[in-house]
Amino acid sequence: MAILEAKNIGIQFGGLKAVDKFNLEIFENEIVGLIGPNGAGKTTTFNMLTGVYQPTSGDIFVEEESILGLKPNQTVSKGLARTFQNIRLFGELSVIDNIKIAFQKNMSYSILSGILKTPKYWTEERIADQKARELLDIFDMEHLAGVTAKNLPYGRQRKLEIARALATDPKVLMLDEPAAGMNPQETRELMDTISFIKDKFDVSILLIEHDMNLVMGICERIVVLNYGVLLAQGTPEEIRNNPQVIKAYLGE
Amino acid sequence: MTNNKKRYVLNLAAVILLFVVFKLLMGSGIIDSYYEGILILVGINIILATSLNMTTGFLGELTLGHAGFMAVGAYASAIFTMNTNMQISDTLILLISLLIGGIIAGICGFVVGVPALRLRGDYLGIITLGFGEIIRVILVNLDITGGALGLRGIMPYSNFTNIYWIMAIIVMIIFSLMNSRHGRSIISIRENEIASEAVGINTSFYKIFTFVLSAFFAGIAGGLFAHYMMVLDPKKFNFMFSIEILVMVVLGGMGSITGSIIAAIILTFLPELLRGLSDYRLLIYALLLLVMMLFRPKGLLGTKEFSLFGRRSKEDVKTSGLGGEE
Repeated sequence: MAILEAKNIGIQFGGLKAVDKFNLEIFENEIVGLIGPNGAGKTTTFNMLTGVYQPTSGDIFVEEESILGLKPNQTVSKGLARTFQNIRLFGELSVIDNIKIAFQKNMSYSILSGILKTPKYWTEERIADQKARELLDIFDMEHLAGVTAKNLPYGRQRKLEIARALATDPKVLMLDEPAAGMNPQETRELMDTISFIKDKFDVSILLIEHDMNLVMGICERIVVLNYGVLLAQGTPEEIRNNPQVIKAYLGE
Repeated sequence: MTNNKKRYVLNLAAVILLFVVFKLLMGSGIIDSYYEGILILVGINIILATSLNMTTGFLGELTLGHAGFMAVGAYASAIFTMNTNMQISDTLILLISLLIGGIIAGICGFVVGVPALRLRGDYLGIITLGFGEIIRVILVNLDITGGALGLRGIMPYSNFTNIYWIMAIIVMIIFSLMNSRHGRSIISIRENEIASEAVGINTSFYKIFTFVLSAFFAGIAGGLFAHYMMVLDPKKFNFMFSIEILVMVVLGGMGSITGSIIAAIILTFLPELLRGLSDYRLLIYALLLLVMMLFRPKGLLGTKEFSLFGRRSKEDVKTSGLGGEE
């Protein structure tokens, strides 16, 4: 059974069909790469899956339940978490607060008990603090808990954004160009991190990436998008040798 | 965490102690009725500044119509106390009237906020500015509000004691709220609204909630003001007054509750202290703001907080991102 399934989704901006009749299935605990030339509609697809845009046709399912029409904050509770192409952290807040903000699912105390500081507040805050530190520890960032997020080096900011997405306890983690702006050394580290996350957190990962070493290195399946339509889909080996894909990337 | 709990208790004790000190000073005549009057205005301004800080500093939305919400609360509660004939104590009548004023201001906040919060930045500023002016014009033209002459004969129910405690409670509510998961959600909207939605925060709810709560507190401040002044003049609630409150928030530091408190104290006392310089005081006031913004653009405290009862330990300040308590 597919965890995340997009059936024939498409979106039209005025006369432009940005994505058309696109199908995608993501199964349990796999890493899927979504690639394509610039402007192919990769990020648009992400935005449709997470509810930022509403598809003009087709339907999206999480564990066979339609999530069409849900807002981004509601798709999170269905189990979809994402990062952004240009990092979006809560810059002025500390690293640990960035994580705690994403813990909404685990915390249920009301506004009133937050104001009155009831025992429930203290218990849930203590647990959140503990869990946030554990999560940071996994990413080797526990010692940075008190640092202002915007002061972190670039690679760590990426990591923090991924950790924050994981804090929402997702079924599918969606990474939008996680290796953008990284040097080869950092990219290698990132590859290790992604494989590690897949095993440790038992999530499926969908990633958009231009770095072919990364995509070919860790993805079990690759989906190629060109001009908003599905061009090819298969294992890294198949994609590497697919003449249509080569044509789309390199021309005739 | 237990350390945190202890600090809440200690701060409560400090608030009570401060009240006793003020009362003793007033009893012994060191603080005369002139200064008591200023202290009352300080209290009202603290409520206004901290409540505006919720939307402008913590939520990060520019609003320019805070005086409008205050006016709604002031008139609503004054009209209630003038027309009621309940046989209960003055304080109780004041509390009920404040609640009515606050709720009506909150409803106005909701009506303005729902469409306005779809906009961001300057646009929201213009809408709230328009709202403030609409309220003022309505007040001038209605019979029940006394028109341009103003509303007269309001009962003098406000005094230092009840203003001090209502202010303390409101500041504590705002502070405590901002130190909970809900406060973190509000701050995350300021930091990055898209990311905030992407981690599962219902941004529309928190935006409306903050806006309405801020209007509610402004309404309460208005009610206290009405029952202290005993006369309400619509001209008082003009655009310039909204700006004055905004200046307090900016000067104290957007996102710092204690900053707003300090700025409200300074900016209420300063014009009085400079009274001897007659017209030059406006010049000095403006110059002070200019110098302030040049050298400390983030305000006196930035987003930091400090506590009446000593500073927070370094580790706490570092990890909370919110600083200490009032």
